[in-house]
Amino acid sequence: MQEKNRNAVLTGISKVAKNYAMYIALGVIFIVFQILSGGLFLTAYNFTNLVNQTGYIAVLAVGMTLVLIICQIDLSVGFLTGFLGACTARLLLLGVPIPLTILIVVLFGASLGLLQGFIIGKIGVPAFVTTLAGEFAFRGLLTLITQDIGTINVTNKTFKGISQGFLPALFTIKIGGTEFHGLSLIIGILAVAAVVFLNLRKRKEMKKYNLETGSVPVMIIRILFFSGLIMALVILLASFQGISWTVVIVAVITAAYHFVLNKTKIGRHIYGMGGNVEAAKLSGVNIRKVLIGVFVSMGAMAALSGVMITSRMGCAQPTTGTGYELDAIASCYIGGVSTSGGVGRVINSVVGSFVIMSLINGLNLIGVGISYQYLIKGIIFVVAVAIDVRGRGRKALG
Amino acid sequence: MSEYILEMRGITKTFPGVKALDNVNFSVRKGEIHCLVGENGAGKSTLMKVLSGIHEYGTYEGDIVLDGEVMKFHTIRASEKAGIAIINQELALIPELSVAENIFFGREILKNGFMDWNETNARAAKYLDMVRLNVNPQLPIRELRVGSQQLVEIAKALSKDARLLILDEPTSSLNEEDSANLLNLLRELKKKGVTIVMISHRLKEVVEIADSVTVLRDGATVCSMDQANVTEQKLISNMVGRELGTIYPTRSASHKIGDVRLEVKNWSVTDTKLERQILKDINLNVRKGEIVGLAGLMGAGRTEFALSLFGNTPGYKLNSGTIELDGEKVRFRSPRDAIKKGVAYATEDRKKNGLVLIQDVKFNITFADLNRIIDFGIINGSKEIVEADQMKTDINIKTPSILQLARNLSGGNQQKTVLAKWIFARPNVLILDEPTRGIDVGAKHEIYTLMNKMVEEGMSIIMISSELLEIIGMSDRIYVMHEGMITGELSAEEATEEAIMRLATNTEEN
Repeated sequence: MQEKNRNAVLTGISKVAKNYAMYIALGVIFIVFQILSGGLFLTAYNFTNLVNQTGYIAVLAVGMTLVLIICQIDLSVGFLTGFLGACTARLLLLGVPIPLTILIVVLFGASLGLLQGFIIGKIGVPAFVTTLAGEFAFRGLLTLITQDIGTINVTNKTFKGISQGFLPALFTIKIGGTEFHGLSLIIGILAVAAVVFLNLRKRKEMKKYNLETGSVPVMIIRILFFSGLIMALVILLASFQGISWTVVIVAVITAAYHFVLNKTKIGRHIYGMGGNVEAAKLSGVNIRKVLIGVFVSMGAMAALSGVMITSRMGCAQPTTGTGYELDAIASCYIGGVSTSGGVGRVINSVVGSFVIMSLINGLNLIGVGISYQYLIKGIIFVVAVAIDVRGRGRKALG
Repeated sequence: MSEYILEMRGITKTFPGVKALDNVNFSVRKGEIHCLVGENGAGKSTLMKVLSGIHEYGTYEGDIVLDGEVMKFHTIRASEKAGIAIINQELALIPELSVAENIFFGREILKNGFMDWNETNARAAKYLDMVRLNVNPQLPIRELRVGSQQLVEIAKALSKDARLLILDEPTSSLNEEDSANLLNLLRELKKKGVTIVMISHRLKEVVEIADSVTVLRDGATVCSMDQANVTEQKLISNMVGRELGTIYPTRSASHKIGDVRLEVKNWSVTDTKLERQILKDINLNVRKGEIVGLAGLMGAGRTEFALSLFGNTPGYKLNSGTIELDGEKVRFRSPRDAIKKGVAYATEDRKKNGLVLIQDVKFNITFADLNRIIDFGIINGSKEIVEADQMKTDINIKTPSILQLARNLSGGNQQKTVLAKWIFARPNVLILDEPTRGIDVGAKHEIYTLMNKMVEEGMSIIMISSELLEIIGMSDRIYVMHEGMITGELSAEEATEEAIMRLATNTEEN
């Protein structure tokens, strides 16, 4: 019995180490840059900037997670994001109201996703080829739509607020000379309460049905870890201007996708199809419909990302979106999406995008040139996936 | 030197939970054609895998003696070097490469470090001539018919200076004419001093060509015979002849079989890739509460029948045929459509297309009918756990919890999970393809009990099985298939192993 307990603890620890590898990596990145930048990295100002910078890639990573789970790929989202961002700017320039603009752009993005999904699912052109073609085409469209004026500036303050604004404070708390953003603190506390509640409820449910629950200490550590993480993040943000609308958007999108993936039929079909497409087909899954749906969602996410980047930069440029698709894919893999499909969580992909953006932000901060940034990104990316692949026994050649 | 080119002595090979080969002795004389026969699962392929080094030295007990020397093969390359060439049922050619490139694949002929195409093609032509295949060596393999591809495989083997040529079911995918050509070629090769081992289900051709025959049954050698003694009857009676054990549970006496539920008429299908008719004019039906057995040897077309019926038809073209469900004409456009109309198919290959291995047991059980655990569009986690756990208990899936990943289960429990999935989806007609392949006797018994329970509750089952005893022990009625056709229908009383085997090999009674 004792032996059994010890084994349970050991497997528990190795499981924890595997699941938290990404957070450990994030911690290492933070510490290294904090030291190298002489304390500039973890200032409230830079951290807020980093979080907002992550937003548009995080949204893409959410959509990309589904694409990768069903063993497909979308290389077109970079310039699709750029193109849709430019469309947003154009519409605003024409005086279309902001909500209508966003609606039009998201629908347009979804229909471009539908087109690609149709070419892949119905006509049968592999996703790699279809979306590579899409990348060319969207780049062309982006150039076309921006060529008469080059950079399309957006001056509307409300629109800029989407990616540059913050939640209203409602009240502030002054501790030791620093003013903290009140609403942000409340949201942080609510989020922690939610983490505790969800963990306890799940445990209670598992207990009720006599299912293995894992040890109590592991759960407590998990709760403390995530609560600590959330509070650290929130306090840091609250000491500056509070939680930005970007964080709200990413949180809502992530929560919605997490729900769909885990609590609905379509989510089951996505995981099932990614895990074993033949079994899914024979179990009655309409795999074409699922595939097309996933690409439609990817298109809508690219549109949202386009809106966010245009809002953040206050303009649309002919080169916006270059390489975003690779950042999004890398975010997913760093977040543990299986390279052979069937496995992945949107929340982890979002954290993955945070890892990548921390890296970029940190390297910028300490003045590393763009060439070295790409080099370092490449190395870190392959190392991260190598660790994941070895750890889970999913080697490329078996 | 001994008269034997090959002696396999006391070969025993164990897989987790199963003894696939038990003290098998297999001896082949120099320059003969030696046929290896036996039911599916008798151990023929495993024996050949041991011989060719796929199951490497050290993973089996016993000795492989080649020309008086004990061999220790760790790879296929090693056995090839010793002069053994195996041609599998599934050909190992690369469709896009030319005939010559395929023949010398992995042993490319070079000149100064570059491909010497003239020499490659010239030498390929020489070997093609030996197998009497008159094609341009530069032609891509995909443009050849299956029969010709088979000959290319043999040419490839000859180019490796094979002394011992092993053919696994070489004629199973060939038509009459190509088969006859192949057999003639084997005779010629024999005259040139090549020793040939052939695995075959076609007993007629075994009798025709074999100098000697070894029969395997349940992983053990039953007997070896010389040509003079071989008759189809003798082969059949040696291949079968096990005791009907008590592992087949009886159904309750009050169980009644109802009206015809599913009726298939004039079902003919062409495989568009092989360009061959694989199913010819199949007529069968299954009644409410009935288990119908679909017997036949490997390649008889049973799985193809099930898949084409189930609406999973890429690569198949339906030439003719109708399906009636409870007297009403239906068509299944896709597996999804079939499931909706109450027909389900549990595949023979649970790993390849039965289970989502990286998901847990609960996921797999509920996968084919998620509506049962969905309230207002949202999966009810508690309901799912309760339902899946109930299934686990009912079917006795041995796993610590339904949260266990499917890939961590044993074969028998994986199979039970597949069954659980379909019982959960409550179809009216369930097609079970080899429901007990590769699982132990205890688990088999449980699955049989479950099948009985299912038909007692009114389900209709079509059971495809290569195990004769299972077919006899479980079926109310039996259809036997041979080369895409139904060669006979037997009632439970008429069914004997010999009767089925005769129909399955299309052998006349004498």
